[in-house]
Amino acid sequence: MEAAAGERAEPGNLAGVQHIILVLSGKGGVGKSTISTQLALALRHAGKKVGILDVDLCGPSIPRMLQSQGRAVHQCDSGWVPVFVDQEQSVSLMSVGFLLEKPDEAVVWRGPKKNALIKQFVSDVAWGELDYLVVDTPPGTSDEHMATVEALRPYRPLGALVVTTPQAVSVGDVRRELTFCRKTGLRVMGVVENMSGFTCPHCMECTSIFSSGGGEELARHAGVPFLGSVPLDPELTRSLEEGRDFIQEFPKSPAFPALTSIAQKILDATPACLS
Amino acid sequence: MEEVPHDCPGADSAQAGRGASCQGCPNQRLCASGAGAAPDPAIEEIKEKMKTVKHKILVLSGKGGVGKSTFSAHLAHGLAEDENTQIALLDIDICGPSIPKIMGLEGEQVHQSGSGWSPVYVEDNLGVMSVGFLLSSPDDAVIWRGPKKNGMIKQFLRDVDWGEVDYLIVDTPPGTSDEHLSVVQYLATAHIDGAVIITTPQEVSLQDVRKEINFCHKVKLPIIGVVENMSGFICPKCKVRKESQIFPPTTGGAEVMCQDLKVPLLGKVPLDPRIGKSCDKGQSFLVDAPDSPATSAYRSIIQSEYLGVEGVSVHTSVQIPTGLEGA
Repeated sequence: MEAAAGERAEPGNLAGVQHIILVLSGKGGVGKSTISTQLALALRHAGKKVGILDVDLCGPSIPRMLQSQGRAVHQCDSGWVPVFVDQEQSVSLMSVGFLLEKPDEAVVWRGPKKNALIKQFVSDVAWGELDYLVVDTPPGTSDEHMATVEALRPYRPLGALVVTTPQAVSVGDVRRELTFCRKTGLRVMGVVENMSGFTCPHCMECTSIFSSGGGEELARHAGVPFLGSVPLDPELTRSLEEGRDFIQEFPKSPAFPALTSIAQKILDATPACLS
Repeated sequence: MEEVPHDCPGADSAQAGRGASCQGCPNQRLCASGAGAAPDPAIEEIKEKMKTVKHKILVLSGKGGVGKSTFSAHLAHGLAEDENTQIALLDIDICGPSIPKIMGLEGEQVHQSGSGWSPVYVEDNLGVMSVGFLLSSPDDAVIWRGPKKNGMIKQFLRDVDWGEVDYLIVDTPPGTSDEHLSVVQYLATAHIDGAVIITTPQEVSLQDVRKEINFCHKVKLPIIGVVENMSGFICPKCKVRKESQIFPPTTGGAEVMCQDLKVPLLGKVPLDPRIGKSCDKGQSFLVDAPDSPATSAYRSIIQSEYLGVEGVSVHTSVQIPTGLEGA
């Protein structure tokens, strides 16, 4: 069982964080950042305080998805203050996107420099008290992933959400990610299949644009829970582009039930903490 | 060994090992001895090896999942339809090697001979190399840090016996990191024709692609042009046949970005569910669905003058399009 809040052994800036979830995929472009933000928003609507740590240093997508591009990061005694994306300060975010002088500036770093920044992101951001910290990662099984898992290990993450699309080409990469989780001792909370079909708004017929069935089959093959399929939804894509709160604004959208169900499964899988 | 100081001057700089920020770095002694400053002998070896390769095209994107591997594979298939053209497809995505599956070569192994590693041949005139061929199981993960990935890329360029090649197409992982720096560095003296950059229409992709374009400028890699993939979807079951924008171009898509950054737009490829299926089966989509608008888009991009096919000269600098109204 997870250690309860007050008994967390490690001091430091993550001491007040109850549960850490990593969002991974071997494959790029399957929707890790999308799932990370939607999970964070859904948890927030369930009354939780959530932080998002974006460790994709080359392609930091989260600031835009939460309408926070260009915000400044301030320092305090304990380190960097994360950026609050809402007035109630229930969702906070740290991303390399906030540290760039210009938004189109490329972060052209080799592994060691990326590792150093990730270590700083884990230890030097003053998250304060959080129910959940969602960690969004770039695709792959390399420096960023090793650095993140190593830096977070003392804080005993709840586990990893692994995202795929239905097609075999994605599943092929994501199988390798599951091996990475096994080898690094990271528990897999489950597989999410994203971009599962598109319902044409004109004829209401559903087409499996990126094939079908791969996510569930992958979960079964790997012996991990299948958390659900999220359909392709232009309202979701548009919402992310404009940094809106999809969970609040589009409850009738086809992606809404899938996303809220995944968040509920995470809440159900979270061990209760002594306050 | 990841305790590299934040202000590391770089192993090959004049200040290597001598700067204030070098104090305490585990590499300090090595850098101060000047070892980092010597050029890698592999660069010369690769230059020699690449003498038999006429054209080299990198396929890049800042963003993952936009269709780099799909495009690389189909560019290779399209060019290889001319039996007299010799094509080589090199997959340097070490962590997520998709090319073996897309080319229908899963499970193939690489053979060594006196002249080096043999590529795996799809057709007589289309050879492929990928780390995927070196793995024994589809579940094997390549959990390597940068330096080891760089070593593999060096081997791919130096030790693979490509023979006489007209086009070497290099498929890359998303990002602007080790793999990208290494391939540019190792091919620096061998002359790369340029990069084709893939994007999808939405801003979330474009914002990463702009960084990739800046990367190209930084490392002086010429940009052949941009391809906008997944550009609109016409439902095959729909009598209305109206296009849906699944990945809406909220900031004007690749067209506006290309105008702003003065790079050519090579074309737009629509979404077709048959593309994913062909890739999963390891077949050429151009052959599976010759009637698809996506196939026509691919063919027109392959024949684009910017790609230098059929003897038309390749543009080796960033072009300012004159009278170009998007492809």
